[in-house]
Amino acid sequence: MSAEALRTRPRALLGFAAERPGAALAAIVLGIIALAAMLAPAIAPQDPFDLKSFDVLDAGLPPAWLDGSDPRFLLGTDAQGRDLFSAILYGTRISLIVGVLAVAIQSAIGIPLGLLAGYSGGRVDTIVARAADIQLSLSTLMLAIIALALFRAGLGGESLSRYAVPLLVLVIGLAEWPYFARTARAATQVEAAKDYVRAARALGASRFAIMGRHILPNISSPLIVVATTQIAGAIMAEAALSFLGLGMPVTKPSLGTLIRSGYDLIFAGAWWVTVLPGLVLVGLLVAVNLLGDALRDGLDPRRTAR
Amino acid sequence: MKAIAASLAFVGRRLMQAALVMLAVLVIAFAVRAALGDPLREIMGEAVPEAEREELRHELGLDRPWPAQLARYLGGAVQGDFGTSIIYKRPTLEIVLAKFPASFELVLGASLIVLLLSVPAGIYCAVRPRAIGARLILGLSVLGISVPVFLTGIFLITMFSVWLGLLPAFGRGETIRVGVWETGLLTGDGLRHLILPALTLSSIMLPLFIRLVRGAMLDELGHDYVRTARAKGASPLRVWLSHALRNALLPLVAIGGLQIGTLIAYTLLTETVFQWPGMGFLFLEAVTRADIPLITTYLVFVGLLFVITNTLVDVVSLMLDPRISLEGIR
Repeated sequence: MSAEALRTRPRALLGFAAERPGAALAAIVLGIIALAAMLAPAIAPQDPFDLKSFDVLDAGLPPAWLDGSDPRFLLGTDAQGRDLFSAILYGTRISLIVGVLAVAIQSAIGIPLGLLAGYSGGRVDTIVARAADIQLSLSTLMLAIIALALFRAGLGGESLSRYAVPLLVLVIGLAEWPYFARTARAATQVEAAKDYVRAARALGASRFAIMGRHILPNISSPLIVVATTQIAGAIMAEAALSFLGLGMPVTKPSLGTLIRSGYDLIFAGAWWVTVLPGLVLVGLLVAVNLLGDALRDGLDPRRTAR
Repeated sequence: MKAIAASLAFVGRRLMQAALVMLAVLVIAFAVRAALGDPLREIMGEAVPEAEREELRHELGLDRPWPAQLARYLGGAVQGDFGTSIIYKRPTLEIVLAKFPASFELVLGASLIVLLLSVPAGIYCAVRPRAIGARLILGLSVLGISVPVFLTGIFLITMFSVWLGLLPAFGRGETIRVGVWETGLLTGDGLRHLILPALTLSSIMLPLFIRLVRGAMLDELGHDYVRTARAKGASPLRVWLSHALRNALLPLVAIGGLQIGTLIAYTLLTETVFQWPGMGFLFLEAVTRADIPLITTYLVFVGLLFVITNTLVDVVSLMLDPRISLEGIR
């Protein structure tokens, strides 16, 4: 099944879902989480970024199904009295935004480089391939940690908090472009030898027209698969960086920040402040990864169901 | 003889490359220090009159052009002098080295768990791909990849420390000093403290290694020599372990060794969760308090670990596999 078929034939999509109930469930879970996150301002009972909207007297209340809870707070409250349900909705929103934007940057750098390397060959190809190898051997998470740590040490935690979103997007985006470049390069090499490319060249199409208009649509399937797994990776990287105190500030918490700030309360018995955002994060990541696996199997004709 | 000479030349060339990379790391560390740190603050603190500062600046050569300062930094680095920590007021190298045993023992514990579990699990998944157990292991490994390492730690703490009260959740516990090495492996308390952090760190490497072992074994099992060995009457277990596994280990060494950067990052996260007093924990403390000399020393040390592992992996791969052509590597 090609990407084209998935997009244009709803029937094919339904068949695909019936073949893989796990993937369908993952897609539904992901859809619900994404929708809830996008609609956070409408759904959330409280604005978790507005310090005036919550009261420290409500701090540390457990979720509604435990003793001593308050019906106003479905999932309980954190150490500042913030409604955890609202905080998780807004936090998921930040995590998703950072993840998607970072992957947008990765693909904006990686895909053109991969196309160029795969189509041109020769020295350009060698340089891009070497650069990708070197970048990957350095461990992207470590690079991101070092970059943000130096920023924080140099300019202070204050400026890190202010520019956290663009910084995270930039650091995670710049660190992982090689995955897109490698995939685009390998697929382009295969396509470039095909007749339709030769025909386009014979008709006098320019290099960039051939790469952009003819090859790119034909290599979209593997790129979609990479994008899915990369979004999971970017969300995880953002959570890890925020957990280390190198990402989103406590005043504008992402899921990673919520886990971090709730972590100190575990020993006081308030496990929900950290475990609940953690479960949401895991659910999000498992859903994206399962969907990526299913897409890989579904979009790659060589990998038929075994 | 010729082969030995070629091997030596290869090792020599790899050592040269390693030295060049280290030089680059040192130059970057110098640039970071020059851009972010004020060496006078490390030494004198804030409240010192300007004239006195000028005098010391001249004495230390800080008013000289940057190539002279770089030469001075490199000269110091070669002798193990990376400056003085602002927080601890002691030589930074000494502080980083003192934290090394904690990180090393954590990684050692996690590696043991990974090795003991991933090899049998990987072989099992390769030789019985359709068994329910194999599917279960691979399914769980997808889950394992999806759970961030700090969350695994938090879930384990919540379960075993907070709810069950079985295991300690932070620190190294009781340690013993053996020479310069401060070890937690020789006391019961130290070992108990190691269990949860080591499990956490291994949880993130385990899925990857199970898949690696499985993939490498599947590749080897398809080869003719495996069929020949079976035809000669060797038992399946013997074929798996002493024929296929031996050849499957090579890619494992190569890919496993190249994961060192990722391993350092995950160790840092694990140390943060368990307040494990290792190098990563120290690094984050240095970042929070803007201790630039300590930060750069950590970076140089991590760079060194990285270069040593990569060089070792190349040399070990060469020794394990005679088929790796030295001509090709050149």
